[in-house]
Amino acid sequence: MGFTRVATEAKVDPMHQFTIEPLLGTDHWSLAGFNVAFTNSALWMLISAVVLYAFMLGGMKRELVPGRWQMMVESMTGFIENMLTANIGKEGRKYLPYVFSLFMFILFANLLGLLPLGLVGIHPFTFTSHFTATGVLAILSFAIVLVVGFWKHGLHFFSLFVPHGTPLPMIPLIFVIELVSFLVRPFSLGLRLFVAMMAGHVLLEVLSSFVIGGANAGAFFMGLVSIPSFILMVAICALEILVAGIQAYVFALLTALYINDAEHLH
Amino acid sequence: MPQISQLAATYSSQIFWMMVIFGAVFFLVGRGMAPKVIETMESRDQKIAADLAAAEAARRDAEAQDDAWKAAAAQQRGEAQSLIAAAKADAAKAAEVRLGAAGAEVEARVAEAEARIAAAREGALAEIETVAADAAADIAARVAGLTVAGDAARAAVKDVLHG
Repeated sequence: MGFTRVATEAKVDPMHQFTIEPLLGTDHWSLAGFNVAFTNSALWMLISAVVLYAFMLGGMKRELVPGRWQMMVESMTGFIENMLTANIGKEGRKYLPYVFSLFMFILFANLLGLLPLGLVGIHPFTFTSHFTATGVLAILSFAIVLVVGFWKHGLHFFSLFVPHGTPLPMIPLIFVIELVSFLVRPFSLGLRLFVAMMAGHVLLEVLSSFVIGGANAGAFFMGLVSIPSFILMVAICALEILVAGIQAYVFALLTALYINDAEHLH
Repeated sequence: MPQISQLAATYSSQIFWMMVIFGAVFFLVGRGMAPKVIETMESRDQKIAADLAAAEAARRDAEAQDDAWKAAAAQQRGEAQSLIAAAKADAAKAAEVRLGAAGAEVEARVAEAEARIAAAREGALAEIETVAADAAADIAARVAGLTVAGDAARAAVKDVLHG
């Protein structure tokens, strides 16, 4: 749909891909007065979850000598487990369910959003390019940090904002600075993922509009604009796959680091 | 930018579905499956470590048995050698005893034979003396017509024979 429309209008709106379109229950699905319509965004969350579940089923064979699929599942799980033990220590094991779900869910969402399903008329929707979605995950991570911090250390958790060896007169100032940097964490966490995913998808869309625009403008512009843009697009697609993994990793890693702060203070 | 322009219309749906679906992922995948995967990996690591330890123990056991076998073999070789030495010594002693006995018998028989030879010679000598004395007396009677007493002839022969 998008491509034919683009071809006829010879013009593209790179932000159109982020439009949320309600699929079910537009008006009457509501919860406590809030609209909870099932949108294309929710659909792709569900698809990510289902694909992730199917992927994990391959790891449930629990054989002594793993097959390829089981090996993949185990290497992903082992990767997150290593990250947690490296950053938090042996207490990190109990956060494995959360951090693993977080990493895999974001990773699958990012990768599924990159699939070239537009070729067969299905438009993947990358819900991680919406800060309403990433914000929920960021606030969840932040809430876990707060709950763990105050649960384990009580009001002593505030000493997180006063690094060791701070001179006495500097303490009020440092406290405020550290507090602000702490409170900014959920925003930076959620916005980083949203911005990275959105930027990549916009870039791909803009380049694809160059390809189509150049091709429509004749053979000369096709050679001058379309072909280099297409080559660049291929390279950026590869980069986007990398970014999809890195952003999922960064989200999980920062969550682990913040949890480490809550577990061990400084 | 739909993220902002649609914010008011979609935020509740986004947040709701995110919480529902991520919640499902957390409980099904995070709590249900990930720990089992870790468990599988750990049990495999433990199995490998146990197998390695068992192999190491078996190797040490085999080495100990080898050492014990070598020691037993060395001891048995020593015993065998001492047995051989004892047998050799016994055999030598027995041979000596038998040689001694045989030698003594030989000596006794030699001595007996010598005694017999001496007696025979004595007898022969006495006979020769008697014959010589008779002959001498006879000769003296025939040649000189002398009658020589037997005793005197025997004494004269003895003198001549023994110087």
